[in-house]
Amino acid sequence: MSGRIIKVSGPLVVADGLSDANMADVVRVGEQRLIGEILNMTGDRASIQVYEETSGLGPGAEVATTGAPLSVELGPGIIENIYDGIQRPLEEIVKKIGSNLARGVEVPALSREKKWAYTPVAKVGDKVVGGDVIGTVPETEVVLHKIMTPNGVSGTVVWTIAPGDYTVDEVVAKVKTDRGVTVELTMVQKWPVRVGRPYKRKYNPIVPLQSGQRIIDTMFPIAKGGTAAVPGPFGSGKTVVQHQLAKWSDVDIVVYVGCGERGNEMTDVLREFPELVDPRTGESLMKRTVLIANTSDMPVAAREASVYTGITIAEYFRDMGYDVAVIADSTSRWAEALREMSGRLEEMPGEEGYPAYLASRLAQFYERAGVVQCMGTEDRQGSLTAVGAVSPPGGDLSEPVSQGTMRIVKVFWSLDASLAYRRHFPAINWLNSYSLYLDTMRPWFDEHFPGFMENRNQAMSILQEENELNEIVQLVGKDSLSPNDQLTLEVAKMVREDFLQQNAFMDVDSYSSHDRQQKLLALILDYGKLARDAIGKGAELPALMDIPAKEQIGRAKFVEADRYAQAYADIAAEMEREIAAIVEKAGADV
Amino acid sequence: MMKEYRTIHEVSGPLMVVEQVEGVTYDELAEIELPDGTLRRCKVLEVNGDKAVVQLFESSAGINLKGSKIRFLGHPLQLAVSGDMLGRVFSGMGQPIDGGPEILPEAYKDINGLPMNPAARDYPNEFIQTGVSTIDGLNTLVRGQKLPIFSGSGLPHAQLAAQIARQAKVLGDDASNFAVVFAAIGITFEESEYFVQEFRRTGAIDRTVLFVNLANDPAVERISTPRMALTAAEYLAFEKDMHVLVILTDITNYAEALREVSAARKEVPGRRGYPGYLYTDLATMYERAGRQLGKPGSITMIPILTMPEDDKTHPIPDLTGYITEGQIILSRDLYRKGVLPPVDVLPSLSRLKDKGIGVGKTREDHASTMNQLFAAYASGKEAKELMTILGEAALSPTDLLYAKFADEFEKRYVTQGQEENRSIEETLNLGWELLKILPKSELKRIKQDMIDKYLPKDEA
Repeated sequence: MSGRIIKVSGPLVVADGLSDANMADVVRVGEQRLIGEILNMTGDRASIQVYEETSGLGPGAEVATTGAPLSVELGPGIIENIYDGIQRPLEEIVKKIGSNLARGVEVPALSREKKWAYTPVAKVGDKVVGGDVIGTVPETEVVLHKIMTPNGVSGTVVWTIAPGDYTVDEVVAKVKTDRGVTVELTMVQKWPVRVGRPYKRKYNPIVPLQSGQRIIDTMFPIAKGGTAAVPGPFGSGKTVVQHQLAKWSDVDIVVYVGCGERGNEMTDVLREFPELVDPRTGESLMKRTVLIANTSDMPVAAREASVYTGITIAEYFRDMGYDVAVIADSTSRWAEALREMSGRLEEMPGEEGYPAYLASRLAQFYERAGVVQCMGTEDRQGSLTAVGAVSPPGGDLSEPVSQGTMRIVKVFWSLDASLAYRRHFPAINWLNSYSLYLDTMRPWFDEHFPGFMENRNQAMSILQEENELNEIVQLVGKDSLSPNDQLTLEVAKMVREDFLQQNAFMDVDSYSSHDRQQKLLALILDYGKLARDAIGKGAELPALMDIPAKEQIGRAKFVEADRYAQAYADIAAEMEREIAAIVEKAGADV
Repeated sequence: MMKEYRTIHEVSGPLMVVEQVEGVTYDELAEIELPDGTLRRCKVLEVNGDKAVVQLFESSAGINLKGSKIRFLGHPLQLAVSGDMLGRVFSGMGQPIDGGPEILPEAYKDINGLPMNPAARDYPNEFIQTGVSTIDGLNTLVRGQKLPIFSGSGLPHAQLAAQIARQAKVLGDDASNFAVVFAAIGITFEESEYFVQEFRRTGAIDRTVLFVNLANDPAVERISTPRMALTAAEYLAFEKDMHVLVILTDITNYAEALREVSAARKEVPGRRGYPGYLYTDLATMYERAGRQLGKPGSITMIPILTMPEDDKTHPIPDLTGYITEGQIILSRDLYRKGVLPPVDVLPSLSRLKDKGIGVGKTREDHASTMNQLFAAYASGKEAKELMTILGEAALSPTDLLYAKFADEFEKRYVTQGQEENRSIEETLNLGWELLKILPKSELKRIKQDMIDKYLPKDEA
């Protein structure tokens, strides 16, 4: 079934003669067989967004429909790979055509030559339904890839292959369905990217995702299966925060989507991750990472598809029962791609030229996150956490993408340019950010880290108090404050500098466990408490601020990870001693 | 025989509609022949059935709907490239305008280039010494980076860019494979001439390719000028293995030309009337900087833009900042104070600096002194602000030292002569000298052994 082009305008192509094509079908355009997707149908006339440069296309060129919507290939070989927005493997493309991306390259998403060590799980005679595991492949040292019965297939296993090395195309099992049809299963299945993969039921997220970042884990934690947004003007460190999450989150799989961002940033991830060691598995971080790179100079329509490609891959691993995180940098660029296509379709624009359906598309994306009970007879639970960066123009959060995102996400890490100028990193503003998971995750914290939440709340109120006191200081100067208030300012400063600031580029400081975070914050709060008591007993503030233990707290985050517990206990003991000595001396002077 | 059409139906601003065309493709280059024989070039923006919308690269004045002919050339706008381009001056459309002979092309390249595969990029990490302390010491430039200068009208960005072009070198590198590609986009004759004179004076002109679109040249031509320059740069870098420094000035004029065409096409405008695809459009230019695996050459890019009303949130600097790897911001306040070059250190940033400094690249103490200088300068500025509100008496002795540090920092570290080429050692040592103003206990971001090794000792 093929039609002819009648109009070309940038990435938008209109063709007629396509009455048999379906909405959202993938089509091949022109001699180079460029990939496109149908956006609109009027009679036999289709508006098509083309995922590659359209220069050189003209009326009369052939358009052929493939009869299927835009889909991804799911199977062994996804992990450690880097794909473009429509799942073409970029490293294979380099091997094939060199450093620049020409058009019309066809490379399968999963290698057809590579052999995988397959172990069957389902036996002949087993009843299987969609989602049931029929075999496993150790895809990398840390990821056991579960080959699942595709959704919609159910019946009895009539044949399985012997354990051994096979390519993804080989039939590994045959299932006779209840209607008597025999279905041949391979290790690969396809799934349309714009349709969420099914699950049995959804749960409320209650377990925190541990990112190793103090301001995130302690102050504004995100749950596994939750959603978060990181908005910030340029230069405020969005990308570093996203990279840190991709590096240290305690999930099984990370899908990092570089959507309309810098090429060098993707290169950085690509070169750095293989060398970083995952603290939980001891293996390279790349062994659990999938990269989707549609940089800003790559075709804009594929950018629109890239977030869907990313989240569909993530859902596939979630269905295996894994904890998965999708990190999208940046959703604003995705929205701009949406706006560009909408403009070319001559749709009536909503706010700032964005299409009226922007907010609902954003909501659909984030709603694909969650904790779910997976398909299949086995009771597997998987989670999908979605974190999106937002790049508001001029840092102004009143624009449509930020607003649309804020209405949906539960955690909001607001990056602040003025903190970045002061080199306070991560530049997450503690007064504007929020996490709505604090209450739902409270039972988990109370069970695993008693006192964690109390400390967190206390630190937050100190920071809030600092904000109020600073207004007074601006008017009358610091000296006119009472010693107690001055102490509050000092403790707030310690919380900011010695706890919240974290150096992503320093090995010992880049990652901090929950336990360590709790102990470090406790040190600072204890100092505040002891010093306040001491003031009550007549001690002088300057003396309390000069004790050597306080300086040691300042360097406490640089203590090596294997001996922090002891070191922190030592500091606490010394601090008590020193403050007691000051109190005693003050008592003696009186 | 190439078909000629006499069916130009409509001309409005830089856009024309041609009817009854056949076989025309998107983005194709076309030529218009006026009744008097002059040729003008244009490209296809949209084809719809037998109707083509074309955009002129030159002014539409003088086009006669009845008498003009249009030919479609079957390929997109190309630039004839050759190693002999060095030392030559071209118009914004890539024609030689220095009176020299035509270029004998070694190849024709599509000026839009092809996106670089992120998997084929090599991460930029080679330190470039520009000899300017605020850049080398605090916002280090590396080979393959795109680092724009955000300036304002009347600020000396041209001088700074020229100084960088003149002084930039990679330590221990041979200078013979270094080239500059300079694109003047809608700037005045005087400004362009300043660069030409500078290149001539220092002898760099032989290693420079200039593309010049002056303020009185047609605005639509500006859309092609930076792409011409980048096509030449790509050829020199990735096929002739040269290290190319590209200076584009002024991106604001480019964006305005883009807006003009967009408005003529009656597109839905984004912020401040700029088209919604401004980000993508700028990115397809900026992202052409970089390095490629297995190729020795590189493209380092310094785009210059004047921020309208010195407003960093204006769409042009804003979108640029989201694409480029940092920014050097010039400050009017510093300029008024006589600090030259008036680099506003705190909001300036080089995102790739961490990979280009340290042992084996600059010096082991670079990273920590850099952070310390930033932090100290920020505290100093805060102290000074407080001083203006509350008076000097309200400051603690430490705060007073910080205030003094901020003054000295501006006077000695930021300020430097246009001909002053400071080596990285000089820059780092100067940093230590300034840190000496502060009490040792304040140097929290530097490890003790570095302090012992580098902090200048008191003279006995």
